Amino acid sequence: MSPGSDDRRAQAEPSTGGLNRTAMATTPKIRMRGVRKAFGGKQVLDGVDLDVAAGQGMVILGGSGSGKSVTIKCILGLIEPDEGVIEIDGVNVLKLPRREREALGDRIGMLFQNGALFDSLPVWENVCFKLLAQNRITRAKARDRAVEVLAQVGLAATVGDLSPAELSGGMQKRVALARAIAAQPDIIFFDEPTTGLDPIMGAVIDGLIVDCVQRLGATAVSITHDMASARRIGETAAMIYKGRIVWTGPAASLGHSGNAMVDQFANGERDGPIQMELRR
Amino acid sequence: MAAILLDPLAAIGRATLGACRTVGGIALFALEAVSHLVRPPFYGRLFARAFLEVAWFSLPVVALTAVFTGMVLALQSYTGFARFNAQSAIASVVVISLVRELGPVLAALMVAGRIGASFAAEIGTMRVTDQIDALTTLSTNPMKYLVAPRLLAATIALPLLVLVADVLGVMGGWLIGTLKLGFVSAAYLKSTFDYLETDDVVSGLVKAAVFGFVIALMGTWCGYNSRGGAQGVGGATTSAVVASSILILALDYVLTEIFFAQ
Ligand SMILES: Nc1ncnc2c1ncn2[C@@H]1O[C@H](COP(=O)(O)OP(=O)(O)O)[C@@H](O)[C@H]1O
Ligand SMILES: [Mg+2]
Repeated sequence: MSPGSDDRRAQAEPSTGGLNRTAMATTPKIRMRGVRKAFGGKQVLDGVDLDVAAGQGMVILGGSGSGKSVTIKCILGLIEPDEGVIEIDGVNVLKLPRREREALGDRIGMLFQNGALFDSLPVWENVCFKLLAQNRITRAKARDRAVEVLAQVGLAATVGDLSPAELSGGMQKRVALARAIAAQPDIIFFDEPTTGLDPIMGAVIDGLIVDCVQRLGATAVSITHDMASARRIGETAAMIYKGRIVWTGPAASLGHSGNAMVDQFANGERDGPIQMELRR
Repeated sequence: MAAILLDPLAAIGRATLGACRTVGGIALFALEAVSHLVRPPFYGRLFARAFLEVAWFSLPVVALTAVFTGMVLALQSYTGFARFNAQSAIASVVVISLVRELGPVLAALMVAGRIGASFAAEIGTMRVTDQIDALTTLSTNPMKYLVAPRLLAATIALPLLVLVADVLGVMGGWLIGTLKLGFVSAAYLKSTFDYLETDDVVSGLVKAAVFGFVIALMGTWCGYNSRGGAQGVGGATTSAVVASSILILALDYVLTEIFFAQ
């Protein structure tokens, strides 16, 4: 363990619940202000404001197509927003030169909505892809490291030699999780980690996510529209609707938050302030 | 009234702007990919895989095309030249048309169907399943990782394939010449090489390199920019093959004109 990871843990503990933070940690890990993005005339993000404290578990809720994935792709630098500010550790990443921005990405992990495993590579190379890409490890050592990380997500060493196409949905999610944490990032994004899994497997993956994030002392931002999952992996929740964050509050209060929109969404009611858009 | 008159003009203007944007986009894409070839890290393993795919696995298709083309050329030129009692020129005609023209063009068209399509489908699938975004989040530049090795592999592999095609094509002509048209083997081979110049071969190989680059460029570009699931990937594959085939024929004219002028 590097000395850096101890610092991270020290920051992570007092921030539980978002209260009682030291002066050092008051700069949010991630801060978004007025982020706007349109695709061909359709305004997907319309001024997103979001703060994620260091070491915090944040869940972003919202209907399908409401721009949740676009929001985190903007933070990751995969989509360039039209307007706005995105700060990581107080630095506006949108203004950074390309090389520094790429260097920032070295400390970020991402689990994609559908896994996005490389099907031309065996599982172990998928898991250690980032370590190999950064030359932090030799190919021979990468195999051992992959076995170690696979064990952390509950997979046997033999899985390492399979191709991703040979795995079930739940196993693919585990491998994708292993790949996201293998380089020990300090920010991790999870895009719908339990969508498409049965409820038990969903709970298992949530448990793994919580374990891994705690072990790394990382800041975690998760997207979900599964309420049980949101309560398990999040401390704080934010709800996105019509391209804006309309509510932020403790994840435990979902369903009885007092905000009509959030409660309608959390309880899955048909009638309420949220009207499902059927056009576009 | 004015609107009706101006509408077609506006449409032409829009189409022109769209075409310029596309051409500009492809040019920038190519420049960026080439710039990655001279900046580390280099992906030797991926280059080797792409090279094997382009060169080795295209060999049977290209070889068969070349042999049959050589055979047909010998037969057809006999039909024509016998009318002028010029049968002795057949061997030279076969070798010169093969080496300068048919070898590069036919090999490139066959490879465009195989490799252009497979590059577009592979990279397109990676795009629509977020694998390209995943590369970026894993500290790997997708242009460097996916595009640059394929461009280099195809640019080097095509001239080698064409060299093989040239030899096999001449062999096809020689087979027909000796077995069917009554040439003496040694005399056929002598007149094959007597009038062949280095420039003929070199111009054919330069063409091949350009065609290889174009095939890989269109394949990777169409795949890289595909959108919208399986249908998008299918469309990208079709566009890659159609665009590279047309570009091969158009560039063949341009390059021939350049070599001809010298
Ligand atoms: N690269 C893109 N090009 C065009 N439209 C996009 C792109 N990415 C997302 N969109 C559109 O943005 C909207 C929000 O998408 P997304 O963030 O993926 O939704 P979700 O909240 O379900 O994750 C969708 O309507 C989608 O069609
Ligand atoms: Mg999404």
